[in-house]
Amino acid sequence: MSDRLLVEARGLSKTYPARGGTPPFHAVNGIDFELTRGEAFGFLGPNGAGKSSTMRMLAAISPVSSGSLRVLGMDPAQDGPQIRARIGVVPQDDCLDRELTVRENLYVYGRYFGLKKQVINERIVGLLAFAQLEEKADAQVEMLSGGMRRRLTIARSLINEPEILLLDEPTTGLDPQARHVLWERLYRLKHDGVTLIITTHYMDEAEQLCDRLVVMDGGKIVAVGSPRQLIEAHITREVLELRFPVNAHAEIGERIRAAALGERTEVLPDRVAVYADDGEEALAQVRAMSLEPITALVRRATLEDVFLKLTGRSLID
Amino acid sequence: MPRGWYIFRYWMTMYRRTWRATIVISVVNPVLFLLGIGVGLGHIVGHGHSSLLHGVSYSAFFAPGLLAASAMQTGWIEGGFRVASAAGWIGAYRSAATTPLEPREILAGHLVFMLFRLVTSSAAFVVVMAVFGVASGWWVLAALPAAVLTGLAFATPVAAWAVTLSSPRQLQPLFRFVLMPMYLFSGTFFALHQLPVALRAIAYALPLSEGVALCRSLALGTASLFEVAWRSAYLLLFIVAGIAAARVTYPRRLHP
Repeated sequence: MSDRLLVEARGLSKTYPARGGTPPFHAVNGIDFELTRGEAFGFLGPNGAGKSSTMRMLAAISPVSSGSLRVLGMDPAQDGPQIRARIGVVPQDDCLDRELTVRENLYVYGRYFGLKKQVINERIVGLLAFAQLEEKADAQVEMLSGGMRRRLTIARSLINEPEILLLDEPTTGLDPQARHVLWERLYRLKHDGVTLIITTHYMDEAEQLCDRLVVMDGGKIVAVGSPRQLIEAHITREVLELRFPVNAHAEIGERIRAAALGERTEVLPDRVAVYADDGEEALAQVRAMSLEPITALVRRATLEDVFLKLTGRSLID
Repeated sequence: MPRGWYIFRYWMTMYRRTWRATIVISVVNPVLFLLGIGVGLGHIVGHGHSSLLHGVSYSAFFAPGLLAASAMQTGWIEGGFRVASAAGWIGAYRSAATTPLEPREILAGHLVFMLFRLVTSSAAFVVVMAVFGVASGWWVLAALPAAVLTGLAFATPVAAWAVTLSSPRQLQPLFRFVLMPMYLFSGTFFALHQLPVALRAIAYALPLSEGVALCRSLALGTASLFEVAWRSAYLLLFIVAGIAAARVTYPRRLHP
């Protein structure tokens, strides 16, 4: 394994054994991927796609069921503590100690890595600044907002100066402003050379943060590439979205589909989506059919459209 | 320093915030019990049944039993609620599991804290016994390790189970249907051989009965070496079985 290759997974699978009345559950079904130093890598997929299970295996906190996995050149089954010493984990629910202060949370966690008191206290100064929590250093975590808590969780995960940072749904449940603050912090980390692995079901987040991503569905990888590559490979440049009166929606949708405008037409429950490289031209063709939509919107194609095409489903149900 | 030590330090950091409340449980409760039941009920019981009471006052008979029962309660709280919430919604175990710490180290560090809680709360109880004059001389000190053994015999199996739970609420049935009856039928308040024969066999097999008998015989200075060895071994069996089970359930929960 070269120094640049940080993670290598071949046929990686995770099966949770049968328990009580529930049959065994195949959360991850033989996935392959590689990750190089300095990348921001994303796992995009709906709930239950196998993203979190994959993350847990990468974090060496969940044994691999089959296939092979190397993290930082080591085998998680043999070298779990050594791997965990060099990575940072931001879990989906913060797992902070709400009764303790911001500073105490950072300190306690740092001790788990066997770091010396003085080293931790030095790092805490920088991490509080990074998380913009200097003024809250001695406040109980209970008193912090959701966005502050998430920033603290990220700061905590950096106490061991990790080479890889794993973030599981980092902005789920945050308001738009808090999300943007968090994204800005993550850019900064990336700029500082930290390799990021992010799971998300927000396509805007994946587009903003990830250099490269895999789309997961049902425990399998259905596509790999940069956000732009995925859009170019699987979808047209633009999308025309049309809305018609509810009672005529299905019938008109079928007429547009039959007319074969652009590359493809999706009749969704609430709208008709025409995938075309030139959305305005497609709209002119619709109007030429004597159809007048209530609303018509031409937009750039996104990962959401890629996901819809690949799986036939939306990312957020 | 073994890494599990930092888990113990974590629990001590948390404890610094709540120790005052635990003083109430460790000191005020035994004082109230000794006053209410020992002195109040003891007055009614009087000395008419001194053969059943090993020839001592009811308070002196009752206090070591309550010491054992209190240790069980502490073991139950520390091994039950504390573990279930650390594995669940508070997430203390889950965040520690993402660090170099292994599940068995997280277990070991927490067990040391449980030991600390049992030693300090039982010691507080022994002091209360001495102050109330229900301790028969220095022998009462020998009851301290016996109480700690009793508490651990509950804490370790309960912790092995509690770590698998998704909510501390699931612990309630064990308290209602196992610990409460055990509290009442383990000879805390009366001598076991007063019981009808059928009940006696069950009562003697209860781990709390062994703890109560051990604490009482040591506190009253009536213990034989054989009896101490046998009862300690019985309690140790529970402790060892509990740790063995926890070494399976902790990794299963923390590294699924």
